[in-house]
Amino acid sequence: MKFSENWLRQHVPTKASRDELSATLTAIGLEVEDVAALGDSLDGVVVARIVSTQKHPEADRLQVCEVETGNGTVQIVCGAPNARAGLVAPLATVGATLPGGVAIKPAKLRGVESFGMLCSAKELGIDPDASGLLELPADAPVGTPLAAYLGLPDASIEIKLTPNRADCFSVRGIAFDVAAALGGEVLPLDAAPVSAGSAAAMEIALEAGPRVPRFTGRVIDGVDARVATPVWMAERLRRSGLRPISFLVDVTQYVMLELGQPMHAFDKDKLEGGIVVRPARAGESLQLLDGRTVELDGDFLVVADGHGGRGERAVALGGIMGGSETRVTDTTRSVFLEAAHWIPSAIIGRSRRLGMHTDAGHRFERGVDPELPPIAIEYATRLILDIAGGVAGPLLDVTLPGQVQAPQPILLRRARLVRVLGLAVADAEVLRIFTALGMKVEPLAEGWRVTAPSRRFDIEREEDLIEEVARIFGYDSIPTATPAGALVLVAEPEARIGELALREQLAAHGYFEAVNLSFVSAELLARWGFEGQGVPLANPLSADLAVMRPSLLPGLVEALRHNRARQQERVRLFEVARVFAAGNPPVETPSVAIVASGNAHAEQWGEPSRALDFFDLKGDLDALLAWGGESHRWTIHADGLPAWLHPGRGARLARDGQTAGWLGALHPQLAKALDLGPDVHVLELALEPLLARRLPKAQPVARFPSVRRDIAVEVSDEVTWSRIEQAVSGSLGELLVELRLFDRYSGKGVEVGRKSLAMGLILQDASRTLTDEDADRCVRQAIAALEQTCKAKLRG
Amino acid sequence: MGIRLAPASIEAHFEGVTLQEPPLTLALSPAGERGQERVASMDDLESRAALAQAEIDKAETLDALEALRVGLLGKSGIVTAALKTLGSLPPEEKKARGAEVNRVKERLADALATRKAGLEQAELNRRLASETIDITLPGRDGERGGIHPITRALERIAAIFARLGYQRADGPEIEDDWHNFEALNFPPHHPARAMHDTFYFGDGRLLRTHTSPVQIRSMKGRQPPIRIIAPGKVYRSDSDQTHSPMFHQIEGLLVDETSSFADLKGTLAEFIRAFFERDFEMRFRPSYFPFTEPSAEVDIRWETKDGESRWLEVLGCGMVHPNVLANCGIDPERYTGFAFGLGVERFAMLRYGVSDLRAFFENDLRFLKQFA
Repeated sequence: MKFSENWLRQHVPTKASRDELSATLTAIGLEVEDVAALGDSLDGVVVARIVSTQKHPEADRLQVCEVETGNGTVQIVCGAPNARAGLVAPLATVGATLPGGVAIKPAKLRGVESFGMLCSAKELGIDPDASGLLELPADAPVGTPLAAYLGLPDASIEIKLTPNRADCFSVRGIAFDVAAALGGEVLPLDAAPVSAGSAAAMEIALEAGPRVPRFTGRVIDGVDARVATPVWMAERLRRSGLRPISFLVDVTQYVMLELGQPMHAFDKDKLEGGIVVRPARAGESLQLLDGRTVELDGDFLVVADGHGGRGERAVALGGIMGGSETRVTDTTRSVFLEAAHWIPSAIIGRSRRLGMHTDAGHRFERGVDPELPPIAIEYATRLILDIAGGVAGPLLDVTLPGQVQAPQPILLRRARLVRVLGLAVADAEVLRIFTALGMKVEPLAEGWRVTAPSRRFDIEREEDLIEEVARIFGYDSIPTATPAGALVLVAEPEARIGELALREQLAAHGYFEAVNLSFVSAELLARWGFEGQGVPLANPLSADLAVMRPSLLPGLVEALRHNRARQQERVRLFEVARVFAAGNPPVETPSVAIVASGNAHAEQWGEPSRALDFFDLKGDLDALLAWGGESHRWTIHADGLPAWLHPGRGARLARDGQTAGWLGALHPQLAKALDLGPDVHVLELALEPLLARRLPKAQPVARFPSVRRDIAVEVSDEVTWSRIEQAVSGSLGELLVELRLFDRYSGKGVEVGRKSLAMGLILQDASRTLTDEDADRCVRQAIAALEQTCKAKLRG
Repeated sequence: MGIRLAPASIEAHFEGVTLQEPPLTLALSPAGERGQERVASMDDLESRAALAQAEIDKAETLDALEALRVGLLGKSGIVTAALKTLGSLPPEEKKARGAEVNRVKERLADALATRKAGLEQAELNRRLASETIDITLPGRDGERGGIHPITRALERIAAIFARLGYQRADGPEIEDDWHNFEALNFPPHHPARAMHDTFYFGDGRLLRTHTSPVQIRSMKGRQPPIRIIAPGKVYRSDSDQTHSPMFHQIEGLLVDETSSFADLKGTLAEFIRAFFERDFEMRFRPSYFPFTEPSAEVDIRWETKDGESRWLEVLGCGMVHPNVLANCGIDPERYTGFAFGLGVERFAMLRYGVSDLRAFFENDLRFLKQFA
């Protein structure tokens, strides 16, 4: 909402400075977004008339003007395209300093003397228009200081309104808040009923039910549609962000800005029959004032006339914009003024559906005072009669009985006020605030009974009144305190690793945390083999952001690619976020993913460099699992791999037999499609299994020494290490405390298709020291088991 | 096992000694009668000792020094030999001569020890010098990753509230209309809904537009006192330089028998001070959220680089609307509460001087490494 400061001050006189006024508006919830000072330094600028013009002898674009200043005439050299004899325009006389800092002195322009400067609106700092001289009305009194003539200085103040403050879409609505906050009073509005000078009327039928409970109007015959909009009105419109168009249109805009009631002026002679307010019909179309033709349906409301039959022709889109056919023009002689009450739910979203935004629609979406239509009609009628002449018919006011609710009294308890605010406000102050806001207040023993004016239909309950007191009393005047109340200590589960700790751990392993958007493109998912997975949005911003991701990896690998394309060969990233699966309700699984590429270690002088491989990532995983203390519950499987993993270098990870994630090299085909090499390795795990941690239960430390025996066996390549581990530990039971693989060899001396594995058996008994014979027996048992289950051969 | 002596030194300083097996191990050669014969007089011993002293001072290696020690003080060394000759002296001479020989012996032993210590020190110095490395070479495996600045700011905020007893709470990102709007006192068609550019799924579900639904989920089925903090991702269908379709919010909620707007002000003032580690000029501006009343937006006075300062909105907050409490089965007459919400990106930008919101989601390592 943008308005003129002077206009506001006319409704609520206050001594507050512009800065104080602006600060007050913000402090009471009408947040000031911009204050544009207008015409602050116009001393020496007067209304002047160009008497004659002559071409400049030396310059095509300049004219030499004879200008009447009210104090004789002066010669002015002027380059404005619209400078012409008879034009009344502002003249900055010698000695003036314009808002931009330009000091006006006698000057010679291309050899011709000039004693002042004819000005554009921009040069005067009152409008951005710099296209030519500011054209003043022909009757503007020559010689008058321009500031006095235009009502300057002034300011355009723009405030941001919250959705509950529909009443402040008007200068008068704002005035009540200012009066309450600054201690002034809103002057009464002169909107006395205009007595009818004729019987001219329109039949009005409301056929849209509760969606349009009130419609008021008036016929005014014999108006002069060509009359110029008075400067004061045009300036106020301009300073409120509206362009003056023609007087009859301007007057409706003016009343809307001042009172808050959107209005429309029809050319009465173009209307046929009576007015019917009804829902639009499916397929019905209407050409609007702005020239657009819109297709409507029953969701919209229209004002219709009798052209082609009663209520047949739509002549206005209800609550949003008038129609083109029946609009007022220069030749209009009779006007039908309309001010109706359209309820918010009948208007909300309709403009947006049509891809448009109007001041009327914006106001009706949020709600307009239902008592306002007749006041607006009277006020507008008076303005029209005074400025454009004419004879008014009677006020037409059609209301659906029982549909417009009068505001109900609300009880505000003093104790509740104190409790919610944490502050006792003096009774007198409470009374003053409500009264200044235009509310009726009845003091009671326990508090106040308050009835809001009809324009404050947002006041519905006690909390609303508390907010009014707090707002006007000033949030900054409320003290700060520390919450008391019961202390509830949060019991953080120790058997769960915190997510931050996990992130720090990954960072310590050299990974950087990434944050990707949760949505990815269906195309990328298809490339990974995730077709049909994830949860698609109904209204995505773009195809790239269309599906809630079923895996963190596609996005994370894209981030890796982003970095590889920027000279970062070695990339290690992780992300912790949710993945999504369809369902009722959809399933959201917090997950962690890792991607890594490039060398296993940062390039370095002391060690040969080596490409990252499966076991680097597996080692990082092992470290994470060891941290939880429950590595033994995790198993690794070569089967059941997703399509995006290398079938020979991928692994499925399970905790307690439940699949919890995946690890491995990207499938070479996918890597190729993504323009990546074989070095890209990934890991994705559900977060909760990973974060589960064993709560330690202390055991006595073994009192007897351990014994180590090393053996080397040869087995076929197909025999996995995990089978060897199972065979050895199965044969030795609790005596085996650890089995360490310390060498793996194939090549010379070992048959093709076989490999040699050397391992250390760490043996310990909790109850005694193991003898050499014990250890030897264990070794024999282990070898026997390996021979039997793994067809192992003992190596010399 | 013999110690090889440089023959030149032997010859030079044991003049007159006949070396039978040169270059020979004089020191370890069996003690002979020769020595005894040779130590004929004290003068002779003194002169030999003087020569030996000079030789000790010049010895270049520990091996050479050891050979000298054996030749002088060893079993068949000249001093030992001189001592052995004492027996043949008359008792009156024996004492005086013995004392003289012992003085020579001590002198030589001292000289040997001094020289040995010197040589050992030199030897150590040589070794240390040879072992010196370039300590400025880069260390091995010293790299470290880092957490994302959003996480960093979010965790810092959550930790501050955790110290005040706020428990972390969570809810789904794919929400239903009731939790995201209706229960929070947004009736259908409410204009405030239009301010939330919402992503929908077509089945009535939507992506939560704020973390406020976690309030509802946390309050349902339990009774105050309640103190929760709910960080998480939220979504609005808006994307430009200053809007990301996904961003992070933190919602805070306190419901108790005595909480007031004054408590809300105090809590947020403390929080801002704790997060930024400094005091700010702050203001609470009346605002509007359907789920709180009175509602406020909180601005802090922020200094810009050019020395100017301006009000910067950092938080939205208010007293929990009685309808919201009632929707969650909490008696609004008995309990009051306050709620607040903030954008984590905004706090991260202010705290770490990030000027472009989009940088958070590009995952460029050159950006991420700045927060390691």
